Amino acid sequence: MDTHMSHDTVKRMLGPAEPELLCEECFERLDEYVELEVKGEQADELIPGMRAHLEGCPACREDHDSLRELVRRERAQT
Amino acid sequence: MELVGGAVSLGTGMSSQLPIGGGAGGPDRAKAESRAWLDALRSKGSAREEAVVRLHALLLRAARFEVARRRAALARVRGEELDDIAVQAADDALVAVLAKLDDYRGASRFTTWAYKFALLEAGVRLRRRAWQEREVVLEPEAWPLMGDPGRTIESQVELGGLMSALERSINDCLTEHQREVLVALTLNGVPLDVLAERLSTSRGALYKTLHDARRKLRADLARRGFSLDDLVEH
Repeated sequence: MDTHMSHDTVKRMLGPAEPELLCEECFERLDEYVELEVKGEQADELIPGMRAHLEGCPACREDHDSLRELVRRERAQT
Repeated sequence: MELVGGAVSLGTGMSSQLPIGGGAGGPDRAKAESRAWLDALRSKGSAREEAVVRLHALLLRAARFEVARRRAALARVRGEELDDIAVQAADDALVAVLAKLDDYRGASRFTTWAYKFALLEAGVRLRRRAWQEREVVLEPEAWPLMGDPGRTIESQVELGGLMSALERSINDCLTEHQREVLVALTLNGVPLDVLAERLSTSRGALYKTLHDARRKLRADLARRGFSLDDLVEH
């Protein structure tokens, strides 16, 4: 465990202040969100609550990062 | 199965072409490719069997991609075991995708939609594997000590005051279960999926517990006059 009380620790404990999706809703719309991001569209405006959830949930954030990276690589290759 | 211009012909009676990845092209082509996947997976006989094989290959590629991304954190795990994990993840993702075909709404390419199942399955397995021999600590090993070398004395004192208040809010406002979940996930660094498995619950249920605990803490701190907006700004 981090033995220093840091700003990041407090943020992690308190989570996002904004309204957020929960994990099931995040998974439901993750593919849509990632494609909007990859296309450079306003993903956060079109899917409110997703960004806040990704900030608060490390597991969904990792899934998001992987999917975005996979899609980006694929689009770059084709 | 025959490769045709980067896609696969499914044989007689089925002209659908299933690109391995989410190929380039405009929205119309993307929709046509997604429709081809759905038609093939909903067909009968050998056409469907070939589409399922193709889908499994796609999911396995995504699962192996996830393994490669996490390879550094799993340096002590043999490559053969990691590939077994990728195959298991692809197998389970295939079952999930086929069971949920009717849930696909066309909001993304079919391949992007399918990938998320493989990445989820692989990610969960890999996080659990990384923690297999580790103890999951539910109580705080020690409350974090105040101190952050990058901050001014004033802001450290401010942070220390917030920490004391936070500790009090945790003790006063949270249930024992909420306290354990908060501490394990945010202080002791236990991954959500690992804790969910140890507590025989789901990621979603556990995150809801964390979400509710955080909301209580924020409300209690605000009631006691702590401005959490400042926290975000720092």
